[in-house]
Amino acid sequence: MQTPGKTTPLTLSDVTIRLGDRALLSISATVMPGDVLTIMGPSGSGKSTLLAYIGGFLDPAFVASGAVLLGPDDLIGTPPQQRHTGILFQDPLLFPHLSVGGNIVFAIPEAIKSRDIRRRLAEDALAAVGLGGFFDRDPETLSGGQKARVALQRVLLSEPRLLLLDEPFSKLDMALRQQTRELVFAKARSAGLPTILVTHDRADAVAAGGVLIHIGAETQA
Amino acid sequence: MRDALRRGIGTGLAVMLCLPVLAGLAGSLLPAFGYLPALGGTELTLGHFEELATQPHILRSAMISLAAGLTSTLLALVVVATFVAGFAGTRPFAFIKHLLSPLLAVPHAASAFAIALLIAPSGFLLRLVSPELTGFLRPPDWLIPNDPLGLSMISGLVGKEIPFLLLVMLAALPQLPLANARRLMSALGYGRVPGFVVALWPLLYRQIRLPVFAVLVYSSSVVDVAMILGPRLPPTLPVRVAQWLADDDVGARFLASAGAVLQLALSLFAIVTWIGVERLGRLCHRRLSSSGKRLSDDGLLRLAAAAITALSAAFIFAGLGLLALWSIAGLWPFPDSLPASLTLRVWGRALAELAGPLATTVTIGLLSSLVALAIAIGLLSRSANNSADRWLPVFLPLLVPEIAFVFGLQVLTVVAGLSPSIATVAAMHLVFVLPYVLLSLAPPWRALDRRYEQIASGLGKSRFKILLTIRLPMLLRACLTAFAVGFAVSVSLYLPTVLIGAGRVTTITTEAVALSSGGDRRVIGVYALLQALLPFLGFLVASLVPQLLFRHRRAMRI
Repeated sequence: MQTPGKTTPLTLSDVTIRLGDRALLSISATVMPGDVLTIMGPSGSGKSTLLAYIGGFLDPAFVASGAVLLGPDDLIGTPPQQRHTGILFQDPLLFPHLSVGGNIVFAIPEAIKSRDIRRRLAEDALAAVGLGGFFDRDPETLSGGQKARVALQRVLLSEPRLLLLDEPFSKLDMALRQQTRELVFAKARSAGLPTILVTHDRADAVAAGGVLIHIGAETQA
Repeated sequence: MRDALRRGIGTGLAVMLCLPVLAGLAGSLLPAFGYLPALGGTELTLGHFEELATQPHILRSAMISLAAGLTSTLLALVVVATFVAGFAGTRPFAFIKHLLSPLLAVPHAASAFAIALLIAPSGFLLRLVSPELTGFLRPPDWLIPNDPLGLSMISGLVGKEIPFLLLVMLAALPQLPLANARRLMSALGYGRVPGFVVALWPLLYRQIRLPVFAVLVYSSSVVDVAMILGPRLPPTLPVRVAQWLADDDVGARFLASAGAVLQLALSLFAIVTWIGVERLGRLCHRRLSSSGKRLSDDGLLRLAAAAITALSAAFIFAGLGLLALWSIAGLWPFPDSLPASLTLRVWGRALAELAGPLATTVTIGLLSSLVALAIAIGLLSRSANNSADRWLPVFLPLLVPEIAFVFGLQVLTVVAGLSPSIATVAAMHLVFVLPYVLLSLAPPWRALDRRYEQIASGLGKSRFKILLTIRLPMLLRACLTAFAVGFAVSVSLYLPTVLIGAGRVTTITTEAVALSSGGDRRVIGVYALLQALLPFLGFLVASLVPQLLFRHRRAMRI
């Protein structure tokens, strides 16, 4: 699985996102492996768009510029599927046509060929978050918290090089949010992944414990 | 650079999709002016138009087609619009919607037969009230269907256009601020129908304009329905053109060609007239909007619209039931409401003859829908913004009268030395199947949450792999439905099958329509019923397969 040694810092240099002739945000920052950069701003401030730019699925309505470097590699010039950006959205978005285990097996890199090994990796990953024996379950039968954990393990087993979190805790209730947050940050840290979190929950930012950047005018209606 | 390439491919694709229609039009136009070297026509002449003008009652044939097209389109549009205006968002609306949607799958020919069996002088409706109310002991000598004014034909067309237009409007409704407008207009004291018309109709109409044109062109150039329900002496223009085409005398080709050009002009004229009707409508709309008239008491209007909508559906369903009953009827003399005995004799005899055409129908349907689905998936997956106007060329076949370009394509196949085969007919069907498959697949395609693909892309999967493992499985139901829509369209195609098949490829539809003049009602019952059943089977499979495949996946079952 992920070894901390493989990871490198993530650098955003002069990343600017515009919608028409309006500049939404402009950011320069470096995120060390295992660190979390938190970006806070009201909705419409372009924080999710920033993640889309890094992930490689920017809506053509936006224009973005600036370099995103992972160590020496330029991410923007790389096709999305070769960027290995693990993404967690507000919704767990488990693939509804696959089993719980199928979702995780799907994420395991193709270099691991043996079906048995792939299945065992997925089963272990489920057991590691308290979901042992859930392999054949229908994702739809899981609770919100369980889905969130499956989504997390799915991302981690794909051996990402960085993690993008798009308000992944906002739909969980208070107790669960706390728990899931800690789990995600702990996993990101132990995997040594540079992580960017966008949120408008201050508690997320505090729990992340890294650099915090505010964007957009909070006073705007 | 990549954009330019992409645009280049897009243009190439558009040309390719337009090609069948353009080539077909050329193939119809040239012979009309005397140019068809294969048949010895090398000189340009207007002689064939002169010959066309001398055909008996040709003007009448043309006028009936024009009138039927305009009247049926207007009637169906007014009924559906009033119904939607009065009921969109309510419980009866959902009910009638469910009642009507299966009707979309019923081929035109089958529903025309169904109506014929109801309204004929020896039909079911008159039998119900005879002899008690009418005193008739034998069928009266009325010219119904096939009345000279084309009223039966118009009713048949309206019956099929209502479900189509309703479905088209339903697809456009979610993009309108329905609930807000309803609240606002009722707060202002408007009745439901006028409130909707004032606030939302222009927005709605703008989105359904193209399908309305398609309905207009179709109904002004229809062949199969006109053969079954339309006037006989003289028949409508498209029917006459089809007859000339079937004429063994090759010289009739030139005449047919001139007729096809007239048909093209006629449908164009229908569209121009319709644009005039639109202008008038806009004027009335402005009057109504600025008059301040609330017409708050519109209950009767609403009731009428709902009743006509529901009745048109009930009518076709009853007619289909009647087809079934006739197919197993023994002795059934007028004025008995029900047959004296039931027998499977006709089925036994017909099935032996039917096996071949049935297999051909299914093969052509599967082939053309499969290719259409593949093309539709290709088109949708390579266009990021997915705006519908980019596919205008795909819809061209629906906006040009079939007979005006299919005939030309037939000429071209002859010139190219292609003999009629299942493959050529399926290729012809593809031209008509593709737009419907695309129309059916595009909304669910766009509705799928793009974040699923973004996640998969982040997991390191290629676009192709994501298409195969994420998008297509998640859209399996939508793909199968689009496939079933395509299959239903293919099954219902009459003219393209007859022309390209040239009598050597016969389907259940060509056989059924051939029976329309003087055919035995029992045999017609078998053929029309099977024709109506095939599309239903398609939709049944489309709904059962995902149910079965995803029986352990709750989110995939809806």
